Amino acid sequence: MSAFYQLEFERPVVTIERRIEQLERHLRQLTTVPAPAADAPAGSADAPVFTADLPAANGDMAVIDADDLPPTAEATKSLIDRLAAQRQALLTDLYRDLSPWNTVRVARHPNRPQSRDYIEMFCKDFCELHGDRRFGDDPAMVTGFGRIGSIKCLIVGHHKGRTTKEKIACHFGCAHPEGYRKALAKMKLAEKFGLPIVTLVDTPGAYPGVGAEERGQAEAIAVNLREMSRLKTPIVSIIIGEGGSGGALGIAVADRVGMLSNSWYSVISPEGCAAILWKQANEQTNTAAADSLKLTARDNLDLGIVDSVIPEPLGGAHRDPKAMARTLERWITDQLQELRTHRRELLPQRRYERFRALGAYVEAAVA
Amino acid sequence: MTQTAAKTWTEIKSPRKSVIPEGLWLRCPACAQMIYRKQMESNLHVCPECTHHYRIGASERVRQLVDPGSFERQFAGLWPTDPLAFRDLKSYKDRLSAEQKKSGQSDAVLAGSCFIKGRPAMLCVLDLSFMMGSMGSVVGEVVTRSIEAATERRVPVIVVSGSGGARMQESGLSLMQMAKTSAALARLDAAGGLFISVLTDPTTGGVTASFAMLGDVILAEPKALIGFAGPRVIQQTIRQELPDGFQRSEYLLKGGMIDRVVQRSELRSEIARIIDYSGT
Ligand SMILES: [Zn+2]
Repeated sequence: MSAFYQLEFERPVVTIERRIEQLERHLRQLTTVPAPAADAPAGSADAPVFTADLPAANGDMAVIDADDLPPTAEATKSLIDRLAAQRQALLTDLYRDLSPWNTVRVARHPNRPQSRDYIEMFCKDFCELHGDRRFGDDPAMVTGFGRIGSIKCLIVGHHKGRTTKEKIACHFGCAHPEGYRKALAKMKLAEKFGLPIVTLVDTPGAYPGVGAEERGQAEAIAVNLREMSRLKTPIVSIIIGEGGSGGALGIAVADRVGMLSNSWYSVISPEGCAAILWKQANEQTNTAAADSLKLTARDNLDLGIVDSVIPEPLGGAHRDPKAMARTLERWITDQLQELRTHRRELLPQRRYERFRALGAYVEAAVA
Repeated sequence: MTQTAAKTWTEIKSPRKSVIPEGLWLRCPACAQMIYRKQMESNLHVCPECTHHYRIGASERVRQLVDPGSFERQFAGLWPTDPLAFRDLKSYKDRLSAEQKKSGQSDAVLAGSCFIKGRPAMLCVLDLSFMMGSMGSVVGEVVTRSIEAATERRVPVIVVSGSGGARMQESGLSLMQMAKTSAALARLDAAGGLFISVLTDPTTGGVTASFAMLGDVILAEPKALIGFAGPRVIQQTIRQELPDGFQRSEYLLKGGMIDRVVQRSELRSEIARIIDYSGT
């Protein structure tokens, strides 16, 4: 928790959270150490030197001075409660109308749960499968068998990596052609075995590099789009963080597509869009591009691109990964149970119709 | 680096400026010779000195490929809307009307039924001169309908691509056109149909990462830039010099990514020849 990455707009919340942590430590000391002084609460009730209003909106990260710490367990508890309420109110406020650009920031939060985190939380017995049988094993794409709820599935997910070393190996979640080919190979296996497919999308985009191009990045993604459209097994996809363009869609041609409420999904990143259309990417143009791209979960729901917005815990998935995993697991099992009622052979037809209907145009009679 | 640049939509500025200036004579950007404009044009817009392939519009492409008088345009009634009320330095609405005024076309695609050396086919051509041939809802829909029509009528479909990729101004809906067109090709494939994808300079981004790379046979014009990410984005990412000829047709041919590099003068007969082998 102490290494918690801080988003600028969350500063006031983080300040409160630090203080709560500090007070909790203090409380443990008060309750576990049988210090003689702890049994002398006299005067404590009328000593409100400390105040719950400590963290100002522009608050720095300063902790509460040792002198200002409440002397009794009761006073500490009550201060914690007040701070917690304040934190709750502040978070509710901040996340109610998160701007699209800040949503992108939350979606990229380094503490945000990634595919491997969810897999770990969902499955006790994940059986990872490696390699595309052609070139290599892309760590930016995780594939394997596992149970979600009680349902046996094939799980596919982008992975960004947590440690610096892992991030570099995963190219920060940017998969290579071998990643997309690995995903497809395992998905075909799932089709053969009659297993439903669950994909977790979390990528800034497919990797733009010499090797990736030489090995057919475009072809790899294109083939996935074509083949996923006709797999005779249920497919459920969730954008869990970043849904960066073709690299995201390459594992997201599904019967049901959901988005976590603070994730983004778009044809291009705000920075990429700003660099091209605004000629430069900076705070102002990124904000404008993020607004224009309609990349939030709500926007994508309105456009019919996704079927559901899956609510995140208050203050984002990174604040409570376990709660997030529970919500997500329930959503996935609900979808899979519903999809199980359809005949497998008919799924591609419905999937086709789902994507076939997307687009906005007017049609005039031609003379 | 994760959050830096365009991953699939790339701004393409060809180092060889291919816009044809007005005037009787022009200097070929490839060989620097002064060439007589009319001669170049009557040579299928190919430099008579060095065979540099100039970029051409969709109607010129159709004219070059089909049997005279055989082209019957379809899906011409589709017009783009502005579903996101997109606004950058200019509004998408204004951009569209400016492009429509300039080109006399509603969007960046021209499609119809035709005969190619006597063989019936569906032909669909992306038009680079309209917003860099980018794929929004209209382009996606017309490509999809062309594929569907070919599937239904049991004729081959030829798509000539030249595009900067998915159109940013329709964002997620542009992205979905990649899935839509690719899914339509799955059905054509299941029905035993033939899809010939012709790649021209430049074909990148979401167009390459969907239907353009899914041809049963993929042909490319000489020296066309073909790729997923644009060279500038790649250079910014890897911070190294790119290999010689990287992302050009000949490079892709050598790497096994396309079937043939075809001179424009041969394109029509090559297409006809492949159709003959497909049984469609
Ligand atoms: Zn020349």
